[in-house]
Amino acid sequence: MPMDADAIKTRIEAALPDADVLMIDLAGDGDHWAARVTSAAFAGKSRIAQHKLVYAAIGDDMGGALHALALQTFTPTTA
Amino acid sequence: MATSDRIRKLVTENEIVLFMKGEPAAPKCGFSAGVVKVLDAIGRPYIGVDVLEDPFLREGLKEYSDWPTFPQIYVKGEFIGGADIVREMYTSGELQALFADAEG
Repeated sequence: MPMDADAIKTRIEAALPDADVLMIDLAGDGDHWAARVTSAAFAGKSRIAQHKLVYAAIGDDMGGALHALALQTFTPTTA
Repeated sequence: MATSDRIRKLVTENEIVLFMKGEPAAPKCGFSAGVVKVLDAIGRPYIGVDVLEDPFLREGLKEYSDWPTFPQIYVKGEFIGGADIVREMYTSGELQALFADAEG
């Protein structure tokens, strides 16, 4: 079962309450998503650390039910 | 050899290692294909390892890199990220800068 955009967004927002999350359906098939995530929690962190925060929020479904998530992360000042 | 030792050997003995789905000549995932394009544009030798052919390697890498998805890119033994980060680093010139010292 693919994950829908709301489920992905909800998990990211639960872990990063200040996050602004924009979901884009890359292939139009509801299974290949891009997310643009803006949160103050990313400040001062490397890109790898920023992406890991988002992957951790999604949990075990990342790489499983959700196989493709293109990710862009921003802090409120760089967005 | 333990999977973690195999990974360590691969990433330390090769300057650039791309752990991907499919092979560089025939990627089986759009994100892997994107990184192949970036590496081809950089023009430095790299090895592509198909994780779909080796479930132990695939699971071992998720733990070794602490990263849940593929592709995964290593440069000079260090994990630098997945497809999005590599593309951003290429666009900003940071990726090319990793090799500036070698070319002189």
